[in-house]
Amino acid sequence: MKQGTTLAPRPEGPAPAGPHPTDGAGSDDVVAVPLRHPWRWVGAALLGISFAALASSLWANPNIDHRTISSYLLHPRILGGVGLTLMLTVVSMVVSTILGVLLAVMRLSKNPVMNAFAWFYVWVFRGTPLLIQVVFWGYLGLLYAQISLGVPFTDFTVFSADTNTLVPAFTAGLLAMTLNQAAYSAEIIRGGMLSVDTGQHEAASSLGMSPAYTLFRVVLPQAMRVIIPPMGNETISMLKNTSLLSVIAVLELYTVATQISSQNLRQVELLVVVSCWYLFLTSVLSVPQYYLERHYGRGNARQQSPTPLGRIRAALRKTPIHAVSKGPQP
Amino acid sequence: MTEALAFPRHQEHPAPAPPLLVATNVRKHYGGVEVLKGISLSVNAGEVMCLLGPSGSGKSTFLRCINHLERIDGGRISVGGELVGYAQRQDRIFEMNPREVAKQRSGIGMVFQRFNLFPHMTALENIWAAPVGVKKVPKQHAIKRGMELLDRVGLAHLAKAYPAQLSGGQQQRVAIARALAMDPQLLLFDEPTSALDPELVGDVLDVMRTLAADGMTMIVVTHEIGFARGAGDSVVFMDGGVVVESGAPADVLDNPQNPRTIAFLESVM
Repeated sequence: MKQGTTLAPRPEGPAPAGPHPTDGAGSDDVVAVPLRHPWRWVGAALLGISFAALASSLWANPNIDHRTISSYLLHPRILGGVGLTLMLTVVSMVVSTILGVLLAVMRLSKNPVMNAFAWFYVWVFRGTPLLIQVVFWGYLGLLYAQISLGVPFTDFTVFSADTNTLVPAFTAGLLAMTLNQAAYSAEIIRGGMLSVDTGQHEAASSLGMSPAYTLFRVVLPQAMRVIIPPMGNETISMLKNTSLLSVIAVLELYTVATQISSQNLRQVELLVVVSCWYLFLTSVLSVPQYYLERHYGRGNARQQSPTPLGRIRAALRKTPIHAVSKGPQP
Repeated sequence: MTEALAFPRHQEHPAPAPPLLVATNVRKHYGGVEVLKGISLSVNAGEVMCLLGPSGSGKSTFLRCINHLERIDGGRISVGGELVGYAQRQDRIFEMNPREVAKQRSGIGMVFQRFNLFPHMTALENIWAAPVGVKKVPKQHAIKRGMELLDRVGLAHLAKAYPAQLSGGQQQRVAIARALAMDPQLLLFDEPTSALDPELVGDVLDVMRTLAADGMTMIVVTHEIGFARGAGDSVVFMDGGVVVESGAPADVLDNPQNPRTIAFLESVM
């Protein structure tokens, strides 16, 4: 941490940051011929030619029917698949993050039972392939035909149901994605919590804050800054990994596309459709990450740079862009 | 300087009340290294005690034992007649659970060398977070009180600033206001000015002198001999995990008896 930024003794205030604006060109300004970069032009030309060749070969390829692509891009069945993929991603990310916080807290607790349980959980769910976990939950009925709730080792049962009714393919897929993700998220969240300075725990303790209050008010908000970038990664992986649920016939985007292509035999076209959708969805999902990072980065820097929207607005107003200082001016 | 602000509080309380803090034969070791080898001292309500000593003498460790940030291995520490970190029922001592320890700590404020403000909260939020979250003070009251406290440390105009936007001296004054917001009966200072640029030390010491003059009970681990002489009611010199010399500032600082005290004072003054 830097100190001594306040130069004038009084009135006190945050030190003004940033260079002084220059008032036009001075007599001692350096006027030099800029360095030329000819190889950049060569590189750009080569890449441009290659892309053009690839694009034209795809466009002229008689094996790709462009009309099929455009007609299926917004087809109701595809849109239904997109909706389910998004729903699976959002629900499993939210639930697995909650589970992840719980597991991370257990792993960091001094309670040996909780600690060992969290370790074991992460070991199992991170140590086996996701595809196998998906198939396992899909075939749960083979292992347990009936699922019942009661007192173990007695005949007392509160509730009992057929496994395939209780856990249909969709629920099995959701379970598989959520439980697997929780193991990864737990480790990311634990890393974030460990990155918070011990002085913060001591300050919270000395103010009489309970362990739970310290966690939610002091530790997690600071850990978020470290947690969010890898969690953004995980969200994008999750979105793409939902395509694994095609093996247990959950009607998400990829399953729908393979069903369609098995009828019209337009495999490549539907793969293009699906890829376009995945690219679009991953692009959309990175927007909230940017704003979350900004939110949890507050107070970390002396000032925050303007958002892209802010930049556009400033450009439209034709006013020079200044960094938005969040502190009061002296 | 404003040393005239401090007046001897011994004469204010002629009738001896039971001491607020009593430490008896406190021992603490890390692994095989004994850091505290039996510290016994007491602090009366309204008294300002300054702990001096070379680094590694155990003075910071002792301070951290007082609010149970470190657990002691032997002896007793009690604040306001209550054992710290333990509950005594009949003849037996029981370890407190974290919630009980937290409740006890809320009455003992602490100011750290590295300030330890919460970086994601503004200066004002730093101050009202604990009263609202721990003592369940209504938020409006806590914010109003927070502004009063910021005003008291001369920083009301920076209520909305984040710690990273403040100088070290300003951060430490916010940290003092944050500790005061819990209305502690005892305030611990762990080298509060050691991490500050020299020109910022004065403002923090001024705030501490005002607190001392207002009758706050304080234990201050410091290297500021001037502060100890002016604002301290008593001075304890520690070295090697034991109390080497203690007494009124005038006696210990101006007429030290122990050779180790003499050597230390010569090196810092």
